[in-house]
Amino acid sequence: MNLQEFQAKRIFGQFGIPVPQGEVATTPAEAAAIAGRIGGPVVVKAQVLVGGRGKAGGIKLAKMPAEAGEVAGRILGMTIKGLTVKKVLVDPAADIRQELYLGLVLDRAQRRVVMMASSEGGVDIEEVAARSPEKILTVAVNPFLGLREYQVRDLALGIGLPREQWAAFTRICQGLYECYMSCDASLAEINPLAVLGDGTLKALDGKMVLDDSALPRHPDLAALRDEDDETAEERTARLNDLSYVKLDGEIGCMVNGAGLAMATMDIIKYYGGSPANFLDVGGGAKADKVAAALRIILSDPNVKAVLFNIFGGITRGDEVARGILAALAEVPTRVPMVVRLVGTNAEEGRQILAQAQMMTAETLAEAAQMAVAAAKGA
Amino acid sequence: MSILVNKDTRLLVQGITGREGAFHTEQMIAYGTKVVAGVTPGKGGTWGVGNTPIFDTVREAVHATGANVSIIYVPARFAPDAILEAADAGIPLIVCITEGIPALDMLKVRAYLDTTASRLIGPNCPGLITPGEAKVGIMPGYIHTRGRVGVVSRSGTLTYEVVYALTQRGIGQSTAVGIGGDPINGTSFVDVLKMFEADPETDQVVMIGEIGGTDEERAAEFIKTKMTKPVTAFIAGQTAPPGKRMGHAGAIISGGKGTAADKIAALQAAGVRVARHPGEIAELVAQHM
Repeated sequence: MNLQEFQAKRIFGQFGIPVPQGEVATTPAEAAAIAGRIGGPVVVKAQVLVGGRGKAGGIKLAKMPAEAGEVAGRILGMTIKGLTVKKVLVDPAADIRQELYLGLVLDRAQRRVVMMASSEGGVDIEEVAARSPEKILTVAVNPFLGLREYQVRDLALGIGLPREQWAAFTRICQGLYECYMSCDASLAEINPLAVLGDGTLKALDGKMVLDDSALPRHPDLAALRDEDDETAEERTARLNDLSYVKLDGEIGCMVNGAGLAMATMDIIKYYGGSPANFLDVGGGAKADKVAAALRIILSDPNVKAVLFNIFGGITRGDEVARGILAALAEVPTRVPMVVRLVGTNAEEGRQILAQAQMMTAETLAEAAQMAVAAAKGA
Repeated sequence: MSILVNKDTRLLVQGITGREGAFHTEQMIAYGTKVVAGVTPGKGGTWGVGNTPIFDTVREAVHATGANVSIIYVPARFAPDAILEAADAGIPLIVCITEGIPALDMLKVRAYLDTTASRLIGPNCPGLITPGEAKVGIMPGYIHTRGRVGVVSRSGTLTYEVVYALTQRGIGQSTAVGIGGDPINGTSFVDVLKMFEADPETDQVVMIGEIGGTDEERAAEFIKTKMTKPVTAFIAGQTAPPGKRMGHAGAIISGGKGTAADKIAALQAAGVRVARHPGEIAELVAQHM
């Protein structure tokens, strides 16, 4: 789960990291009122879960409260990479002397949480990594020892931070590590970590990604999920425990298992089609789950054919077949469908589907070719 | 011989009384696996499916039955404890099927396991099977057949797909290992490739990877420098968009790393034949026979 900037910074603040004292507005009037309370120049920032907000015009400075309202009026409602801006964060404008980068991420290869720091803050860290990798310093944290002070000194020295800022930098690094571990994050990033005109450090932007598997033990963090940030289909998928990612092709896919679902998308592409989605119904999928999945797929107007690829193991072919029929009874459609059932109770499943007008295939390659042909014919 | 499990495997099931655990224990016994014990804290002294004796602790079960492999079906919030308990009881091979264990829990579990002699396979994996000898997992047994091709995969049902295609072509498997789709796991591609390279009953290997991480790239490096047996590979997720998690917690392309194209290029440079789609794998394997 991704957190919005204002949520991430609020959490950083709870771990002793200095953050701007801003507030969130949903209307221009609110934004103007917040700017009035701050009493000075402010920065109005679109709260959407995509990168590149600044380039898209979603971050603007305002000198006076009236101007803040005006700017907020322009940002609210604008669309950035497909997402509509419904909230803005109004922060006091900062007197920035230098922009640093500080981040924590799980490094799978080292099997360690790794802290990264760079003197090149304020831009995408991936850009820095590509352009001048030597400007990114990293230290790997032993999970039993935690982040040690000498490691932070290594980072501070490496990014050329003046000694008088080391103490503040150490507190921020330790706060961020503590925050990462206690929230079960998979990413925590301060970019920029600004050196202000008076020499103090402040986290001007924040990003946090939480480990979905750990959300059950963090009900307070799980509650931060904002339904504005997901589409209706994503919400239905989440509530039905389906893994779903919308893509922009025309062949809807329903598959059990994530690897097989990706391979199904790949083979559709190989035969000249393009997948409309990734959808894993999971192991042991029952009829109602299958029906929910099919409704999600059919709600996409781009879908011109649907491909079911089910390899029965824990999942039973007859259960899946019943789910397909149930969904079709509810959502009548003329979209052609190709079914490929193998494994546990596949024969029973095929018999159940024989009454519905569906194309059946033996192999995945055959099924993919049939779906591509059906989508082109439609 | 094969690798990791065989007819001498004495299997312990942690979570044998749960719905999943009971069902799959029955299936594993039906396949011919020697299930010698079950563990469910609080139910010691009773009997589980297949008249399997149940113990309260792993230590007790190992002492009484000589179990040498453990399979774990307990829910995610108890799974880290179950893995550590098996390791502390000296079980050399631990297979964790459980899905949804928080990554930071696995970080500590793996760091601890590295100080013991135990090997973990998984979590979030289908387990492993040596056809005709032992099935330690949740895969449908009948799709496998005894043979000389080793299979190693990060995925579940995609492995079944590939194994089934091999079997239909009359190509049998020595052992098929699912290492799991999580970012932090117990056993990597390289670990399993090493074992297949050393196994006299394996002639060639099929490796099924997916987007995310750099485990496939490291496998390519190993194949290039250390492996003599032919390897055929497939990488799932060639059409996946960056930044989106594709079901598996490990399957995400981040920061331009972990793309299918990178992995395929690395494998091809190591002399691996990479199938363009799963249907092609069995064909490429047949060419090596």
